[in-house]
Amino acid sequence: MDKTRIGNTKLQLNTSLMQKVTASIALLLMILFFSIVSPYFFKVNNLLTIALQTSITAITAYGMIFVIISAGVDLSIGSNIAFTGIMVALMLKNGFPIWLAMILCLVVGITAGMVNGILISKMKLPAFIATLGMQMVLRGLALVVTDARPVYLDNAPQFKQIAQAKLFNTIPFPVLYMIVLGFGAAFLLRKTVIGRNVFAVGSNEESARLSGIDTEKVRIFAFMFSGLMAAIAGLILTSRVNSGQPTIAVGYEANAIAASVIGGASMRGGHGSISGAILGAFILGVLMNGLNLLNVSQNWQVFASGFVVIFAVYLDKVRTSRN
Amino acid sequence: MDEPLLRMRNITKSFPGVLALKDVEFELHAGEIHAIIGENGAGKSTLMKVLLGIYQPDEGTIHLKGKPFHAKNPRNAQDQGISMIYQEFNLVPDLTVAENIFLAREQRRFHNLLIDDKAMLSETRKFIGSLGLDIDARLTINELSVAEKQMVEIIKALVVKSDILVLDEPTSALTEKEVQRLFSILERLKNEGVGIIYISHRMEELNTIADRVTVLRDGTFVATHEWKAVTVPNLIRMMIGRQLNDLFPYVPSKPGEVVFKAHNLNRSSFLKDVSLEARKGEILGLAGLMGAGRTEFARAVFGADRKDSGVIWMDGKEITTRSPHDAIRHGIAYLPEDRKKDGLFLELDIYDNILAGNLTQYSSKGIVNDSTCRAIVDKRIAELNVKTHSPRKIVKYLSGGNQQKVLLSRWFCKQAKLIIFDEPTRGIDVGAKSEIYQLMNKLKQAGAAIIMISSEMPEILGMSDRIAVMYEGRITGELTRAEATSEKVMALASNLAVKA
Repeated sequence: MDKTRIGNTKLQLNTSLMQKVTASIALLLMILFFSIVSPYFFKVNNLLTIALQTSITAITAYGMIFVIISAGVDLSIGSNIAFTGIMVALMLKNGFPIWLAMILCLVVGITAGMVNGILISKMKLPAFIATLGMQMVLRGLALVVTDARPVYLDNAPQFKQIAQAKLFNTIPFPVLYMIVLGFGAAFLLRKTVIGRNVFAVGSNEESARLSGIDTEKVRIFAFMFSGLMAAIAGLILTSRVNSGQPTIAVGYEANAIAASVIGGASMRGGHGSISGAILGAFILGVLMNGLNLLNVSQNWQVFASGFVVIFAVYLDKVRTSRN
Repeated sequence: MDEPLLRMRNITKSFPGVLALKDVEFELHAGEIHAIIGENGAGKSTLMKVLLGIYQPDEGTIHLKGKPFHAKNPRNAQDQGISMIYQEFNLVPDLTVAENIFLAREQRRFHNLLIDDKAMLSETRKFIGSLGLDIDARLTINELSVAEKQMVEIIKALVVKSDILVLDEPTSALTEKEVQRLFSILERLKNEGVGIIYISHRMEELNTIADRVTVLRDGTFVATHEWKAVTVPNLIRMMIGRQLNDLFPYVPSKPGEVVFKAHNLNRSSFLKDVSLEARKGEILGLAGLMGAGRTEFARAVFGADRKDSGVIWMDGKEITTRSPHDAIRHGIAYLPEDRKKDGLFLELDIYDNILAGNLTQYSSKGIVNDSTCRAIVDKRIAELNVKTHSPRKIVKYLSGGNQQKVLLSRWFCKQAKLIIFDEPTRGIDVGAKSEIYQLMNKLKQAGAAIIMISSEMPEILGMSDRIAVMYEGRITGELTRAEATSEKVMALASNLAVKA
């Protein structure tokens, strides 16, 4: 019987809301800071560049957040991006119509996610191990089928439009994808039965099972969605570099996890939101961009992102333990 | 007699909302086996936890060999000569028998820098041999049977020389032969002058070894007697000895047709040929001691655990329940015993807790209808009188009674035909208790069949239309409300034939 139970009922602002407020303030402060120290920062073009650079992180984080809320983690995202990219490049090279190649790639990404989900829910492997294995399997496959060489897209000029085209000649298409998919993912998470069940499973799996939720199905779904988002990111990235690169996107899962937890997701499951993930992705994106403009080396940028992740989660811990 | 080995006086201990012990007296002499008996929740374990320093008493004194005694924790108690053998195991599963026995008191060699595995192993073997046991000291705990684990737990307490040994239901996992061996060990220790406190439900065992017995009831001291001077029926009366009051708003009803039928359910050693029926509009009380298999029965029916064999019917049709999902589809609901672990989502709000598992019925094409959900949640909160200012309150901040009502609200959404309540009022204050009873009555009058698992005798007698009693995985008898008395239920629950 702990004595701390009584007397803390008043200050119960929604925790994830609080985290989002903190993250928003942090983001605004960062924007303010970089606007002051660099004359190039607060320009339309630069802001669009940030949005473009953030889009891949945000889209993969949409998938990751489902997995994290279900109390799992998906380490196979980077490899999934590379593998689906290779697949679409190879198919286009062999004369597949663009629409068919893209659909097949999405299927590949979803299937990888489904295998993750089955390993974890039915065969009871820890998510960390199962998706780490999948990370290596997919990366290995990408290297094997390409013989570790890039696949250049010379014969599908329209395909590069997918990521390189701009709306009204200003807004890059990936930014639009990020926005549309963001609304879609938030709808799926908050408004559908399966999305809401993800919270229940992540919060207490046994309670979820005993209240009649098909917990295995929910888990598999979360990983399939993560695979789908990775595949979409794979298509965008392949289109941007106009080639399939077997060694691309190494470590992208770390960005997705970082964005999620900065935005208030708990690795213990049950908490997290799409808006939080977007905020987290932008905090990382603004940081990278700002440091770039200040001529800080790439290596120090990585260091700084790591620092932000640790600091953000620590802040959250301090606040929740005081609660 | 001279100064007792142990004297506990006026021990009082309260928890928020519960007075667990009130002015309890207990004395133990050197060289005696002293039994403590009482119903579940009578305060036996709490009293021992006070002695061992797991809880600090609010009031009262403890003297060991005439000197004031105070333990900071069980380890500290052991250092002062009081060892306890726990009902649940405190062994590290991946370490060997020897390593477990010497855990945190490892023998050292080479200037205390290295652990002396050889010495510990031979020491352990000596102990195992002296007790006439046959356990390989190099095996890890994982590789042992339940009975062997129990024996290791006992050896662990014996390695340290103790003046007092406390045993809490030590035989529940042992076979007849092992029980005999344990008793001969206890006899030997007793002759060496060790004082032994023995907590048990099993009267026949106490008959063979107890010298004296102390009875507790509802956290109070009832009496201490020489074992030879009392009879078992007398003891049972002392353990229960209270009046049913109007706490229980029983409403008579005419039970309808049989809704649910289970035939010969088996699950390893937990369930042995369990058959039960439940009728429309009745509360079937399922009584028994802890570990009698009542929860296991409920979980098997509900598809939460697999069963080895057996058939279940709902409304005359045979059904299979491979998962809770299946069971719910057939109209079965189950409110688990441990609501925090198996029922609630403590970090989520009331709204999400009530709707968990129910969203499909408030959605179309997989999309949740939020306004319907809000209306349903508001209705349930009002109907069940959940005390909260907002449905967005996080459930872990609610009281036990309100948490149980939230859980009930979830099941109210499902219109179940059979509802199994597992310890529905455990840890709930009196006011909320009677509200829960009224809700059960409401469900019963609406035609649901209710199975109520309870370890509280008054609750069983007060609320049930019919009572079935389990003992060690079997149904030992069924009683109508009219014929049921606490003595009869208790006798069936401990598998004793009591003369009327």
